[in-house]
Amino acid sequence: MARRSLPVALTTATLVLAALVGCAPQNQPVPNPAQAACTKAELKTRTPGKLTVATDDPAYEPWFADNLPGNGKGFESAVAYEVAKQLGFARIDVQWVRVKFDTAIAPGPKEFDFDINQFSITDERKQAVDFTSPYYLVRQAVVAGKGSRITGKTRLADLQGAKLGAQVGSTSYQAITDVIKPTVKPQVYNTNDDAKKALQNGQLDGIVVDLPTAFYITSAEVKDATIVGQLPQVGLPEAFGLLLDKDSPLTGCVSGAVDALRANGTLGNLERTWLSEVAGVADIT
Amino acid sequence: MTDHHPSPIARQRTAYRKRQTVRSVLVAAASTGVLGTLLVVAVTGSPGWERVRESFLDQRIGRAALPEILTGLWLNVRLLFFCALGALALGLLVAVLRTLRGPVFFPVRALAAGYTYTFRGLPLIIVIYVLTLGVPGLRLQGMPPVLVLGGIALVLTYGGYLAEVFRAGIESIHPSQLAAARSLGLTYRQTMRHVVLPQAVRRVAPPLLNDVVALQKDVGLVSLAGPIDAVRAAQIATAESFNFTPYIVAGVLFVLLAVPLIAVTDWVTLRAARRQAAR
Repeated sequence: MARRSLPVALTTATLVLAALVGCAPQNQPVPNPAQAACTKAELKTRTPGKLTVATDDPAYEPWFADNLPGNGKGFESAVAYEVAKQLGFARIDVQWVRVKFDTAIAPGPKEFDFDINQFSITDERKQAVDFTSPYYLVRQAVVAGKGSRITGKTRLADLQGAKLGAQVGSTSYQAITDVIKPTVKPQVYNTNDDAKKALQNGQLDGIVVDLPTAFYITSAEVKDATIVGQLPQVGLPEAFGLLLDKDSPLTGCVSGAVDALRANGTLGNLERTWLSEVAGVADIT
Repeated sequence: MTDHHPSPIARQRTAYRKRQTVRSVLVAAASTGVLGTLLVVAVTGSPGWERVRESFLDQRIGRAALPEILTGLWLNVRLLFFCALGALALGLLVAVLRTLRGPVFFPVRALAAGYTYTFRGLPLIIVIYVLTLGVPGLRLQGMPPVLVLGGIALVLTYGGYLAEVFRAGIESIHPSQLAAARSLGLTYRQTMRHVVLPQAVRRVAPPLLNDVVALQKDVGLVSLAGPIDAVRAAQIATAESFNFTPYIVAGVLFVLLAVPLIAVTDWVTLRAARRQAAR
């Protein structure tokens, strides 16, 4: 899942830094056009005056709620409406379409203005599609099995005596060794599937995976596992970006909207609201 | 006794042989030198050599990864020691059971045969997966740690190979040995213990040690279940640095670890050959 890819991560880091400093990122594919061009009237959307946003079917918690992208609930649904607002579209102007994850990444014409579906920004995918700057930097989370002694612990110090596992060569493993620094030697697995199995068997107190994977594991795969909490940012995290058609005329404007939302703290607030509070993922400090 | 004076012919012969030896050593050294030079030129002169050297032979990264890899290697060594002993014992036991005579022992023979067929055919990785990630799922009391379970998987698999080696040794002992022992009044057990097995084990020592060398590389597969062995430590270091030097470091350490074992194997083989020839 969270294999590190240096160029991507570096690009991401650069973009984030650039955005934090508040200047336009240098390596945007499309130069940030003047704000005047980024208005509802000027934007060349698929349907004039409307913004067509795509996501997968089914759309999972906590990114969407009840598989209804149009209700504004869930992190990605909320982000989509904030981006629309930033571009001058009212809620009623946003139309949702359903597009399979794989279809969206494939080259070829798109039936949406942008797609929001936990797309990690990678160089390979950039060959086929456009990405905006990241709206979410993936964090690592600790998942505990049934009856584990680390359930409900939200201090790093409480995790140090735990036997933890992660996938080899992943940011998750780095999070164990660099952030938690447990006294017990961590266990390393070839795949997250092996790590999950060991967790189910009760051979581990917890495993570390990225938060999206953690949500998927606890909701669909290992029902009696719980997310203990998310860890401070570590290494070169994966980044989610909005996906647009290759060389879409909208990329610059949509990316600019995401940058503005990050700069004014909206993205941080949405993350806290939908991923920490509603989904109940504590911050481990 | 007068002093021994070799004849002129004998002295000539000795001198000639000495010359021949010196000459052959010189020729061997020269040809090795030429081949070595050719290889070095071919490798370092290739267009991609710089990049290969950077990503496979980076001293700084190798040194940084060494402590972790050595920690992992210590795990390999401990596992190898216990698994080798376990597999040798199991192999010998199964081989003896398979060579029991008499109809009453048919089920024992069949079980032993079935075991060797199964575990020689089963891929080791699957045995390790089943034992280390499957068995703990039973949630039984007193479940041994992952390392022990992985060790059991290795012992089971290699026990199968070694059993066949031992059996070949036992069956290679001429029936007349058995007949002679029995006619001296030894029981079947005594015959096996004092006559057949000592000869059999000596005869198959080289292939046995060879399997132990193979086991040395396979103990690392226990890392599938979580423990960090030398290769896994190298993999982690490689993932962190995007550089393959740690793998080379681990590979060199493995060879160094195997050298004594292989040397012992060669020496045993040589000694056995000498004995056979001198009979």
